[in-house]
Amino acid sequence: MATTTAAAGRIVYLTELTGMRVDGPNGRRIGRVREVAIAPSEHPRRVSRFLIGSGKTPFMVRHDQVKSISMDGIQLADVRFVPYYPDEGLLLLCKDLLDQQIVDVNGRKVVRVNDVALCIETAAERDELWIQEVGVGLQGAFRRLSEGLMPAAWIRGVQSRIKPNSIPWDYCNIIEPDPRRRLKLHISHDRIGRIHPADLADIVEELAPAEREALFETLDEHVAAEALTEVKPRIQVSIVESLDKERAADIIEEMAPDSAADVLSELQEETSQEILKDMEQEPAAEVEELLEHEDDTAGGLMNTQYIALHEHALVEDATEALRGNEHLLPTLTHLFLIDHDEHLVGTVPVANLFIAEPRLPLRDLAILDPISVDLDADEETVTDLFDKYNLFALPVIDDDDDLCGVITADDVISVLTPDP
Amino acid sequence: MLKNLRQRILVYLAVLGPGVITAVVDNDAGGIFMYSEAGARFGYTLLWTMIPVTLILVVTQVMCSRMAAVTGKGLSDLIREEFGLRTTFFVMAALLLVNLTNVTANFAGIAGSLELFNVNKYISVPLGAVLVWTLVVRGTYRTVEKIFLLASCFYVAYAISAYLVKPDWAAAFSASVTPVLSLEGPYLTLLIGLVGASVAPWMQFYLQASIVEKGVDVRQYSESRAEVIAGCIVMAFIKFFVIVACAGAIWSNGPRQIHDVSEAAEALRPLGDYAYILFSAGLFNASLLAASILPLSTAYSVCEGLGFESGVDHRFSEAKVFYWLYTLLIAVGAGLVLWPDFPIVRMILLSQVLNGFLLPVILVLILILVNRRELMGKWVNSPIYNLLAYATVVLMVVLSITLTLVSG
Repeated sequence: MATTTAAAGRIVYLTELTGMRVDGPNGRRIGRVREVAIAPSEHPRRVSRFLIGSGKTPFMVRHDQVKSISMDGIQLADVRFVPYYPDEGLLLLCKDLLDQQIVDVNGRKVVRVNDVALCIETAAERDELWIQEVGVGLQGAFRRLSEGLMPAAWIRGVQSRIKPNSIPWDYCNIIEPDPRRRLKLHISHDRIGRIHPADLADIVEELAPAEREALFETLDEHVAAEALTEVKPRIQVSIVESLDKERAADIIEEMAPDSAADVLSELQEETSQEILKDMEQEPAAEVEELLEHEDDTAGGLMNTQYIALHEHALVEDATEALRGNEHLLPTLTHLFLIDHDEHLVGTVPVANLFIAEPRLPLRDLAILDPISVDLDADEETVTDLFDKYNLFALPVIDDDDDLCGVITADDVISVLTPDP
Repeated sequence: MLKNLRQRILVYLAVLGPGVITAVVDNDAGGIFMYSEAGARFGYTLLWTMIPVTLILVVTQVMCSRMAAVTGKGLSDLIREEFGLRTTFFVMAALLLVNLTNVTANFAGIAGSLELFNVNKYISVPLGAVLVWTLVVRGTYRTVEKIFLLASCFYVAYAISAYLVKPDWAAAFSASVTPVLSLEGPYLTLLIGLVGASVAPWMQFYLQASIVEKGVDVRQYSESRAEVIAGCIVMAFIKFFVIVACAGAIWSNGPRQIHDVSEAAEALRPLGDYAYILFSAGLFNASLLAASILPLSTAYSVCEGLGFESGVDHRFSEAKVFYWLYTLLIAVGAGLVLWPDFPIVRMILLSQVLNGFLLPVILVLILILVNRRELMGKWVNSPIYNLLAYATVVLMVVLSITLTLVSG
């Protein structure tokens, strides 16, 4: 197994590998390495093809034809060559990796590849090359710039004084826009999907449109929805427009209705209608209702996902209602009490439920006649109310005093933070 | 129908910015100096260069806007991905040097134009530098771009000042479409300068990056292209008015050589304070705009190409190299102007020469990139466009090398 503690002498850099001489079994020189490739379907990190020679069609040898690899060159065990023709199942390290942008899953950012470090592994008397890590810092850049201009030993000498900045291969994620090639190269974006949505959004903003599209096509819908929520409006639009309508609808369905409405309101009327049509009935209706309101009013800020109970309900009814709405729990701070006519009567802080007797009427825990805001109140009124009354959640009511939605503190923070 | 129209206008507004800003900034302090000299020495005769220059600009700029829309990547990103680190490094190092001389030339423009209003350069240049620096570091790119667009509108000052000079409009218009080729040395030098210096390396990087920043994609490409072309036409008109103003004010009273732009402005004084003030204010605006955009564009391109975090939307700690480069470009550019006895005219010439060396390299890289099918798909240059583009590039290469030889 390759380990990160492998001796430095067993490390070969891609810049050193390209141009390295290749000898046949009898010591006769055959040519120089032009490119190396891994075949992810065979092995995730082993170099499995060496492209040798210059000209239009270089020839290719497989990893099991290599006898030994050292800094002095590569010695082959036999001389069966096949010409190389472009093969979508091969990841060419110089062409597909060097100088390209990849996602550093651990560091949660987009980086550009300066060099690749490979490790010489000896197995069954044969040497193999395994990708170890990808250099993204000055060390790799220095090596690239000075390669061929001074002896390899000097380069190694200077480079050892530069602080390394590299990413273990396991944390490198290539983003491949072409779905067919993605499949052949066994590239999945699963690990990217585990990055926090807010960080993921930053990554998405750094990428080119085709790569963004690739990510949003492959990410889990729920993750894609959360990431899309955090992305800048302008990029949201370009992402949604690039996806096919069905996929866009699936993702937007997973978003909180207020965020979904924000995205849809930025789109062209026709596109947003098509997406709404492709969405499930219930979320589509909620979003459509929200779309009615102007962006910068309480109606535009509010979310229609809240839990409201009848004013005579008991604590145990509330716990039961929470059980049915687990997806709301992480951000839920208040329940609402309404009367027969859906008029807002009071609010109940969720935390109070934990220490209350199950049979206690919710009314006893509630703040009656709570602060609320009209649907068409402007943003400033909303933020002032939050500030003045130190609110976490503010119910929104219409002209008939019916409860229609809730504005939460995070919505207000978004309003107060200027858009970059 | 009306709704369709509104939609279309909205789309155009959404793509507005990159092309217009790039083209008007092409008329920076150095450019205006050259136009003034052309007008002062040769009157209306050089006006015919306006149309070919516009075409050259359109041909080169449209390729960059197409690359931006199709790949969604900046020019330095593409150079890095397709030509590797070493090429990128040398191109970026050269770009940094060339643009530093350009920045200096524009701070000299700020100093010169404000001296016309009796503001000492030891006050105007540091203030200008701080203004430029804060604008970009404190603002977001969107607001910054709006300010740039607004500044672009102030170029109308030249149109008004040309009007106030009461030039011979009929002669001006007919000269615009009548090529005059004279083998007289200074005429030829200016001719080569007017055409050869019309495309600068930084423009390609700035234009492509700012179209990407706008989020323009293939579907909006035709609007974006229209915007780029409109920008080039606006640029041509500004040039026209500067030449006409100087021809009307100076040449018609006796052709002579001018040594800097302030001299041109001074010459407008007898024709009324307004013409003079507008001409000087136009120069100040052009210099300040270029001094804002060049450092920003340079830092951006270099960092993108070499893989450092970049962009004004990042914090200082996230994009240290970007902010340091940006700050140093401004500090050194402004500092050189304040250096006692600094040979400013030599500096402007040097910036021209270096532009001329770098431009052929950049244009060739652009041509290779825009013709790569795996990159551009069906959006590669058509054969006819290629013919046009190659002809333009060859012309530009020959002209900029000649210019280099002449001014070096």
